[in-house]
Amino acid sequence: MLPQKKNNRHLAALPDPTPIEQTLQQTMDLDRLIHERIRLGIVSALAVNKSLSFNDLKMILNTSDGNLSVHARKLENAGYIQCKKSFEGRVPHTEYAITSTGRQALEHYLHHMESLIESTRQVQL
Amino acid sequence: MSRFSDSEAPVFLQDRAIENLQFIRQTMERATAYTGVSGRGLVFVGVSALLSAWAAQQQSEAAHWIFIWLAEAAVSVIIAAGMMAQKSKRLQIPMWSETARRFLLSFTPPMLAGGLLTSILYQYGLPHLIPGLWLLLYGAAVIAGGTYSVKIVPVMGSCFMLLGTLALFLNPQWGHVLLGAGFGGLHILFGLWIARQHGG
Repeated sequence: MLPQKKNNRHLAALPDPTPIEQTLQQTMDLDRLIHERIRLGIVSALAVNKSLSFNDLKMILNTSDGNLSVHARKLENAGYIQCKKSFEGRVPHTEYAITSTGRQALEHYLHHMESLIESTRQVQL
Repeated sequence: MSRFSDSEAPVFLQDRAIENLQFIRQTMERATAYTGVSGRGLVFVGVSALLSAWAAQQQSEAAHWIFIWLAEAAVSVIIAAGMMAQKSKRLQIPMWSETARRFLLSFTPPMLAGGLLTSILYQYGLPHLIPGLWLLLYGAAVIAGGTYSVKIVPVMGSCFMLLGTLALFLNPQWGHVLLGAGFGGLHILFGLWIARQHGG
């Protein structure tokens, strides 16, 4: 994957950007944070639930402990999700919920994908 | 992603976008089906089952109380389907998802077995075994159907199996009480828990 800067320069070099290229440009500005598979999965799963535990998410996304905690941490740092840690007896229990920022980011991403499909279809016809 | 200057790039990007949308939809479906058991729906089912237990206990004829419970089963299916439809509508997610299909595929066989055994036990004049049979097989169906659901669902199934085992070994006069405790009590208890934990 090329760095974003280089892609932009490449686009700028083209005369008169067509609708496709404009969309491509947008795609480059895409929310990288949410674009990654596991992170997109976490945000999607939380969007339809008030909250989910670490183990719930692990089952839904079919992923490992390490993978999930790394990606959840990134989303948490970005303020897309919030996490509440507690203890059930001696067992640590982590509960995740989506924030309004996270919900906006998902909606933005969905809108983005839809417009990408729409504009490509128009050009193909 | 970065090689978009290729002539095929737009199609490629479009496919990726469609695939991304599908992934989001599937994840939402999985996550909904996962906690999709409507807690409130279970509470309603439990309350109607308590009424049925009370009505069934008044009957002296086995055929009568069996009929009351079969009617209760039909009412429960209608309540559960209605609550599910409402929840999917609220979340704008198709009700007939892959997960729902899988749930029905694993939930139905034990229930069919239960239906068949009910008519056999009745024919052979052994209706006192029916409450235990129902609790046991309903528990088995819930465990099988709840494999992909929140852990609390299989736990509820295990509780039903436990009550069923009790019903088979205890004096038959406990049958009605255990049916009420199971289909009424357990549904209300776990329904409240699910509604609190998983929002609705």
